[in-house]
Amino acid sequence: MQKSLHIDPNKCTGCLQCEMACSFENHGVFNISKSRIKVFSFEHAGRKVPYTCTQCAEAWCLNACPVDAIRIDAGTGAKVVHEDVCVGCKVCTIACPFGTVNYVADSGKVQKCDLCGGEPACADACPTGAITYVEANWTGLDKMRAWAGKTDTQPRAA
Amino acid sequence: MGWTKKILRVNLSDGSIKSEPLNMQWAKDYLGQRGLATKYFVEEVDPKVEPLSPANKLIMTTGPLTGTAASTGGRYSVVTKGALTNAIACSNSGGYFGAELKFAGWDMIIFEGKSPKPVYLSIEDDKVELRDAAHLWGKTVFQTEEIIKSSHQDPQTRVCSIGRAGENGVMFACIVNDLHRAAGRSGVGTVMGSKNLKAVAVRGTKGAAQIKDPKAFMAAAKAAKKVLADNPVTGQGLPKYGTQVLMNVINEMGAMPTRNHRDVQFEDARKISGEAMHEKRPTDGKTHLVTNNACFGCTIACGRISKIDETHFTVVNKPQYWGASGGLEYEAAWALGSANGVGDLEALQYVNVLCNEDGMDPISFGATVAAAMELHDLGILTKEKIGMEAPFGSAQALVKLAEMTAVGEGFGKEIGLGSARMCAKYGKPELSMGVKSQEFPAYDSRGIQGMGLTYATSNRGACHLRSYTVASEVLGIPVKTDPLVTEGKADLVKAFQDATAVFDSSGTCVFTTFAWTLADLQPQLAAACEGEWTMESLATLGERIWNMERVFNNAAGFTAKDDDLPPRLKTEPAKTGPAKGLVSGIDKMRPEYYQVRGWTPEGVPTADTLKRLGL
Repeated sequence: MQKSLHIDPNKCTGCLQCEMACSFENHGVFNISKSRIKVFSFEHAGRKVPYTCTQCAEAWCLNACPVDAIRIDAGTGAKVVHEDVCVGCKVCTIACPFGTVNYVADSGKVQKCDLCGGEPACADACPTGAITYVEANWTGLDKMRAWAGKTDTQPRAA
Repeated sequence: MGWTKKILRVNLSDGSIKSEPLNMQWAKDYLGQRGLATKYFVEEVDPKVEPLSPANKLIMTTGPLTGTAASTGGRYSVVTKGALTNAIACSNSGGYFGAELKFAGWDMIIFEGKSPKPVYLSIEDDKVELRDAAHLWGKTVFQTEEIIKSSHQDPQTRVCSIGRAGENGVMFACIVNDLHRAAGRSGVGTVMGSKNLKAVAVRGTKGAAQIKDPKAFMAAAKAAKKVLADNPVTGQGLPKYGTQVLMNVINEMGAMPTRNHRDVQFEDARKISGEAMHEKRPTDGKTHLVTNNACFGCTIACGRISKIDETHFTVVNKPQYWGASGGLEYEAAWALGSANGVGDLEALQYVNVLCNEDGMDPISFGATVAAAMELHDLGILTKEKIGMEAPFGSAQALVKLAEMTAVGEGFGKEIGLGSARMCAKYGKPELSMGVKSQEFPAYDSRGIQGMGLTYATSNRGACHLRSYTVASEVLGIPVKTDPLVTEGKADLVKAFQDATAVFDSSGTCVFTTFAWTLADLQPQLAAACEGEWTMESLATLGERIWNMERVFNNAAGFTAKDDDLPPRLKTEPAKTGPAKGLVSGIDKMRPEYYQVRGWTPEGVPTADTLKRLGL
């Protein structure tokens, strides 16, 4: 069963544990500037919103790559950058409509979320359940459950 | 490791900037943040220094766990000699600034001297420079952050700055970072302003790479996070209600200082409580509270983000105040509300936003207004003198005075003195409710006896965050003690003071101690930092820090006489509630405390005590 990252901004407090977990998993260092997931703050509205690659089925980054450095992980469905192949041309960063593939000057390659091979560190580190890793076909299940509860308003016999 | 092992020394007088290696012997003896920066401070600065003179220094400092995945590991502190108190000052703040400083590769910044003109410090990893701040002078904290982020073309830049209060010499000015987190107390912002230093902007891309044993550290951090999540206070109460969870609790105990401590219960406490922030307003059907908020790395998330009712008199024609902003926390709700008898939640939040916007400590500001209201009530401060009627309970007066204080307009200039100086000026020094010229926070010493001793002996003037015995006397953490008695409080206060000094030196937040003890912190430090870190060595380290601060204050001229409470708390019994009829037993607790500390009856650490602690 394929799973996908699911983000619920309402639950995000802006603690950045996800960014630290991501940088630690992928670079062995607590360094949010190397994180592949970012939490954005919208101060005026009082909102914090985590955002990262959603692993498009037809991936623009993958299709744009001239050297086939971005490939699909058969197990997770993640679009994974193969650093040994990547030439750092950055065409994928232009092709991605969402900005979730980014160049890393230190390595001269690009990086993006690869779902940590099926155990995303960000979801594991999130203390509030704002980031979860759930069945890809049913990312809306929690929202449906919450709304379903609100529709159950009919009086009933005791 | 845990430290970057590098510090920045910035001489504002001649504009020089130096990188120095961290003194690792001191890091071993004082850990980081509060302890380590205070060690640097007391070694380099004359205790008699005038706080607002160029000879005073100001240190911004992180702890070894700042910038790591340890829960709440985002703290930084400002250490200096306090403008308000003339004592050692250490003000602690969350937000994101501290972690960013660490990520840029610096454990601390020592500011010396005084700049001939307004400047701000820009840090981008190793690139550090003083830049002209003429365009920022006169601007609020909110404007300053916006202008710097925009001119650096980097929204990920983190900023701490002073508002107009710090520029204009308000004695309780703070240093605000990330819009609504503050190194709040003792006038550290006043010192920064006296140096013509407007702000520090930092962007760090190096990260915190110096973890001794990453695998062990991640395991220890994860276990400690679970302790926080499973605890009813840090796992449920604080995320839902913030520190405001206390408003109704403390009021029912009869320990809610009201109307400048004339009363110990506030009839409108419920209206300004954490519960009220969750209720829908009749005017617009919305709740005051928008969401809770975390500082860097924090898995508790006690911070409050609220929106003021757009139809409220404070903001009715001011759309700039209609957005979400920080507050109310319990201390601010108390100082702006109960202390003045004001039960208008929206007005309190408006004033709280003004305090953030212009960098004022809402505790000292609110408590000083309370003293002014009492002077007004006694006929000493007339309507003409203040420029308005200012009876207890007047939200209008509170709001007007807040608008006047940061900019030094009219009577706002005198509120900006703080209550001790203001009350002395009008011949009533006994009406200033504080210790060492710093105003009390939100717990009455008659209803929670341990807090009286906490305030009297706090090294930075009256403060709840030096030994929060409320945890034990009210919440039963780690064990329940009777808040109405003095017995055992000397030992309790010492234990809390020493443990808190360790937390304040680690990079984590003291609020973790609702759930954590040193036994939860120790494995994280031991895995992150080189050297041996045991429960015993940490306990001694906390005691060493406390005595180091004490020695500095004694040398600065403080004596046992200064470890005292205002006469009101010793002679006017609580009128209502469980503490009815009680006064503070401070005179009984103080000598017991000195003895427990290994100090002389005059409050001076003995030679044996200093030797035992390696001082």
